[in-house]
Amino acid sequence: MVQTLDSVAAAGVSNSWDVERIRADFPVLHQTVNGKPLVYLDNAASSQVPQVVIDRGSTYIEQEHSNIHRGVHYLSQKATTAYEGAREKVKRFINARESRECVFVRGATEGINLVMYGYGRKFIGPGDEIIISAMEHHANIVPWQMLCEEKGARLRVIPMNDAGELLLDEYEGLLNERTKLVGVVHVSNALGTINPVKQMIAQAHKYGVPVLVDGAQAAPHMPVDMQDLDCDFYVFSGHKMYAPTGSGVVYGKAELLEKMNPFQGGGDMIKTVTFEKTTYADLPNKLEAGTPAIASQIGLGAAIDYLNSIGREQAAAHEAELLRYATERISAIEGVRIIGTAREKASVLSFVIDDIHPHDIGTILDQEGIAVRAGHHCAQPVMQRFNVPATARASFAFYNTKEEVDVLARTIERVIEIFS
Amino acid sequence: MSELSELYQQVILDHNKKPRNFRKLEHANHSAEGYNPLCGDHLTVYLDLEGDAVKEVAFEGSGCAISKAAASMMTQAVKGKSREQVEALFNEFHSMVIGELDEEAEENKLGNLKIFAGVRDFPVRVKCATLPWHTLHAALNNEQQVSTE
Repeated sequence: MVQTLDSVAAAGVSNSWDVERIRADFPVLHQTVNGKPLVYLDNAASSQVPQVVIDRGSTYIEQEHSNIHRGVHYLSQKATTAYEGAREKVKRFINARESRECVFVRGATEGINLVMYGYGRKFIGPGDEIIISAMEHHANIVPWQMLCEEKGARLRVIPMNDAGELLLDEYEGLLNERTKLVGVVHVSNALGTINPVKQMIAQAHKYGVPVLVDGAQAAPHMPVDMQDLDCDFYVFSGHKMYAPTGSGVVYGKAELLEKMNPFQGGGDMIKTVTFEKTTYADLPNKLEAGTPAIASQIGLGAAIDYLNSIGREQAAAHEAELLRYATERISAIEGVRIIGTAREKASVLSFVIDDIHPHDIGTILDQEGIAVRAGHHCAQPVMQRFNVPATARASFAFYNTKEEVDVLARTIERVIEIFS
Repeated sequence: MSELSELYQQVILDHNKKPRNFRKLEHANHSAEGYNPLCGDHLTVYLDLEGDAVKEVAFEGSGCAISKAAASMMTQAVKGKSREQVEALFNEFHSMVIGELDEEAEENKLGNLKIFAGVRDFPVRVKCATLPWHTLHAALNNEQQVSTE
């Protein structure tokens, strides 16, 4: 069903995007699943890793492996240089003012928990309010619920319309002098909505309220500029942007990170330790206790180099065209309903089919080699809002092709046939 | 598509579309709720036990085709059976869908439940087929809730 790579290239989405050349960079894409060429459309869950990133991680393990920030010996210096080099790359990637504002964590979830423990537990108390949105991933709901329960604070939720767009007037109405933090997702993993976070940050700042942006689905797909957004905290995961699992970043404005409590205690985050008192290290080490995922974070640095080398704007344009094409193809199938029809969307196409459970859709697609996510996408409140138990979700990366969308559309038609 | 047609056999599709005993049993003396947080399958099994025997059984809820058909056919299979017979059938069903019972070669009382044998080729779907049975088991044993993942 999948055409050859040559014909894919010939039918290329745009002249400037050589998808065949790009696909050649990703070894995992070149395999069959259930006897069919793999069609990987689960990029919002985790994206694939290009050879250069794999090689960089391997080089560290083969030739540089040792602990960072500790050794005077040659290998430790090599490892430290590579690890801190990755931090510099992250700083430039998100246009932070300083690299010490980029804290390395295991992923976006750990990043939000770091802000909750370090900032929330210190500065949020009884009667205070935290605002989040109706389309948050559980990672940006549960930590704040835990904090509210502990502190007697209150969680407020910005509602959304039937297209999956936040109601900004309602948001304005929720902000008040009790608001101590706003947490909002940049791009919804379940709906694909791109939220106007720059505007939302400005609204919060009028009340002196800091904003945490969950950028897990945005950082891989669009330029994100910390100084332009003026956001206070921004978190994202490496494994959704072509790096290995275990890598991730919390960006925080230096003055906020400075006044936060540490997240975890241990080695590497201290200046001096006695049994009477410990003083903490400077940023970012204060927030990075213990030995981190060195190979993964170095891999994140390499993934950033890779993204820059292929051209982020062209990659984003190709993804936008894929999403447009997929939306057109799949919404034309009778019985299919797209969940999430915001004007501004990126990369994600969630859908349901009348009387067919997404799990059954997922199983049948898998038999044709197509990887999609079927379920609640760790966003159960979103499912409740749209009154569906779950959705099937195709999510795109710049290495996907229109032909893969065609395979998806044809197989969805087959699903409907089986159940008819 | 051969494994797929083993899984989504016509009988299973039919029970999915028109589930039998799909209602709330008002006079049930046992009931339990089953939930699979992974996929959101959610059902309630109602039982009317008379002495040791299942006098009536019904279910309601939402789920995938496999869980719905499994629940529907389960209600048909256990009606009139004793507690012990129901548990034995659950064991056989479970062994079959995890591939530990050859339903054709080994002796069993599965009858038309054998149609779920194809589930064994789809390990992530085993929980879908067994959720109704776990829930029935919970109802029989006066547990309120059961969760599989």
